[in-house]
Amino acid sequence: MAEEKKLFKVTIDNITVEVEPGTTILNAARRIGGDVAPPAMCYYTTLKGSGGKCRTCLVEVAAGSTADPRPMPKLVASCRTNVMDGMVVKNVTSEKALDARKGIVEFLLINHPLDCPICDQAGECSLQDLSYEHGTEGTRYTFNRRVFEKHDIGPYIQLHMTRCILCYRCVYVADQLTNRREHGILDRGDHSEIATYIHKALENDFIGNVIDVCPVGALTDKTFRFKNRVWFLKPLDAHRDCPRCSGKVTLWNRGEEVFRVTARKDQWGEVKDFICNECRFEKKKTADWVIEGPTRIDRHSVISGNHYVDTVAPKETLPEVMGGRKPKLLMDINQVSEVNRKDIDLSGIQGPAHSVDFEKENS
Amino acid sequence: MGRKLLFENVQVEGIRGYDVYRREGGYRSVEKALGEMTPDQVTDEVKKSGLRGRGGAGFPTGMKWSFIAKPEGVPRHLVCNADESEPGTFKDRYLMEFLPHLLIEGLIVSSYALGSHVTYIYVRGEYSWVIDILETAIGEAKANGWLGNNILDKGFDLEIYVHRGAGAYICGEETALLESLEGKRGLPRIKPPFPAVKGVWDRPTVVNNVETLAAVVPIILIGGEEYSKIGVGKSTGTKLISACGNINKPGVYEIDMTISVEDFVYSDEYCGGIPKGKKMKACIPGGSSVPILPANLLLKTAKGEKRLMNYESLSDGGFVKGSMLGSGGFIVLDEDQCVVKHTLTLARFYHHESCGQCSPCREGTGWMEKILRNIDTGKGKMSDIDLLWDIQRRIEGNTICPLGDAAAWPVAAAIRHFRDEFEWHVLNPEESQKRNYGLAHYADPLEPAVAAV
Ligand SMILES: Cc1cc2nc3c(=O)[nH]c(=O)nc-3n(C[C@H](O)[C@H](O)[C@H](O)COP(=O)(O)O)c2cc1C
Ligand code: SF4
Ligand code: SF4
Ligand code: FES
Repeated sequence: MAEEKKLFKVTIDNITVEVEPGTTILNAARRIGGDVAPPAMCYYTTLKGSGGKCRTCLVEVAAGSTADPRPMPKLVASCRTNVMDGMVVKNVTSEKALDARKGIVEFLLINHPLDCPICDQAGECSLQDLSYEHGTEGTRYTFNRRVFEKHDIGPYIQLHMTRCILCYRCVYVADQLTNRREHGILDRGDHSEIATYIHKALENDFIGNVIDVCPVGALTDKTFRFKNRVWFLKPLDAHRDCPRCSGKVTLWNRGEEVFRVTARKDQWGEVKDFICNECRFEKKKTADWVIEGPTRIDRHSVISGNHYVDTVAPKETLPEVMGGRKPKLLMDINQVSEVNRKDIDLSGIQGPAHSVDFEKENS
Repeated sequence: MGRKLLFENVQVEGIRGYDVYRREGGYRSVEKALGEMTPDQVTDEVKKSGLRGRGGAGFPTGMKWSFIAKPEGVPRHLVCNADESEPGTFKDRYLMEFLPHLLIEGLIVSSYALGSHVTYIYVRGEYSWVIDILETAIGEAKANGWLGNNILDKGFDLEIYVHRGAGAYICGEETALLESLEGKRGLPRIKPPFPAVKGVWDRPTVVNNVETLAAVVPIILIGGEEYSKIGVGKSTGTKLISACGNINKPGVYEIDMTISVEDFVYSDEYCGGIPKGKKMKACIPGGSSVPILPANLLLKTAKGEKRLMNYESLSDGGFVKGSMLGSGGFIVLDEDQCVVKHTLTLARFYHHESCGQCSPCREGTGWMEKILRNIDTGKGKMSDIDLLWDIQRRIEGNTICPLGDAAAWPVAAAIRHFRDEFEWHVLNPEESQKRNYGLAHYADPLEPAVAAV
């Protein structure tokens, strides 16, 4: 008799899902999708031991389980807390969680250089997304920000520690993916820094993956630095026969030219198949690859802003979260702003919109 | 005079050495435990005694011991937390320095109860001379058959190793301690799993404070029930208090937890009052992490009752009107001390000691220090006080380990009780550099509490 696996019922923001025992709250919430999934800056599904550090994924547990329905006294890190049967979780419906998250964003930003205009990560940066969704517009921090020297770690990677949020993901990559770990953290507290063993070059077949897991622009691809903005490039799924890795990648092209190669990321920005350095840094011709087609891109990403084909709209959870009630419209943007005029279809305009596009019909 | 259980013989000359210690009745609890009791009976006695962890959190020790997982074929470990780095706390040092054999005796009995055959003492590295004392004592104990294989012919094997830390406060947090013991960076682990299930090298582990483990000796000798009769309520037995700051007789005192705070500060048996006839302004009763209290709230609870030196009474009123017994580091501030400067000192400490793993503590502690430095040097703004409050509020409870809370509480309590003094610093930037705010109203009798309607 095949033993039937009992599933756990968990309710997150009023939406109930059934998941296997051992699933974390974060993964259960990702099953629901949309805003219900808490932002995760340090957790990375494929990296063992990751998570629990950045605290952006904190949620409120309103009831621990059916057996013990007491609420948990503190907010918990959803990436490192497993669901129980009958658990009731509040993420976007918890003021406490949202307030804490606002605090976390502020903490992550006080020492961040905010040099997005010259940062290669801009446009695909988790910290930008997080600040946009959960941050405040001003800062209350009036002191000098922390700075570090830039370091080259090997011929392909540059470490710009000033931007690092100490998520430890790259440390886990170096530990779990490469055969010799020479990349870790030195020092303690807010002066801890990612470092290699006495500025050693990292010559490891898989070390390039630290670039992909880095949520910010602290680790960048030297073969791509300052070459282009990610939103001006077209991501394409491609593959090749590679003796070392799966060879499944995303090419970032402009016309025929390959600007960079990355591993493929899923909708949560996570890489499932890590790729080797050769695929990433040395195969920069379209002819090296078999192109499968355009990469599917989330509509909310700026990369799709350039009218990229094959975009997917993220799931809209708001009506469900509100238990079927319609959200109350507090402000109709068209009544207060001239910018988002209904009669101008921005996505209908070829290329970027200019002021003339707005002046045309507005007479 | 209160009953002494740990320090009964501390004044006996040569008690540090094995011969005198044994002559004065040392190691009898090992004879009794190994000779007459099963491990579970030892645990039961500790449960009955009501002993609570002396490391700070006050978790019932017997209960902690009974949580240890006992999977077949997996070794278990007892780890003694002698990292003692909390500012104001120096009781473990005194105990280890003068009564090293008392700790070893407690470790043998506790290891027997828990089934640990390899037990570690994790000592903070700065206590270098204490490490020598402990190693000498372990050598003596071993030479006399109290350690090694088949102790007292009862078939129980035990080795005790001393491991020295490298100077990080965070390594006193039990899971960071275990990481450090394994030879890794001292970063607190994310719980669960708890050490009782997966501790050092993933084996079930119990971490206890030095004083906690030493207290097991009198518990076995006089019986858990007898021990529980000393003290009041859930504060059983005796507690070591390390008293320091502006008092006439700083030092380590063993108290039974029925004496009042007032007696402790002013009687000649203990602190002997404040030097030069000055007045007490404030006090941190349980080590730097617990909330600071103004003198009036320290001596009397908000209900107007006498405050006693025990777990319940010191925390009476919660964090708004009370504090905690914590690790027993009793720091007294007289009328000449500046609470702003004092809070800055603590903030600097926690900023320096944050391990940097989680963002609220890593970033927030440094931010608080910078703001406090501004206020202290006369560059503060009124809005800084609210900002400080907001920062500590967003650190507290949102971190991996309690160091974040420990950094937030002193700031919160200082603002809660001494807001006038912070405001005075902001409004009188020049004067505040020349003189102190002084005693102000902090020792005035409390207004009688108005009964809630
Ligand atoms: C930052 C931090 C530092 C700590 N330092 C110590 C210490 O130096 N000594 C100690 O006994 N407990 C310390 N603790 C408490 C330990 O984590 C643990 O609770 C204690 O060792 C348990 O022993 P007990 O049950 O006997 O009190 C610290 C906790 C934190 C969060
Ligand atoms: S360099 Fe990037 S991946 Fe590594 S810890 Fe910093 S932010 Fe995380
Ligand atoms: S609260 Fe502070 S000390 Fe504790 S894990 Fe987080 S950063 Fe480290
Ligand atoms: S993603 Fe959960 S704490 Fe960082």
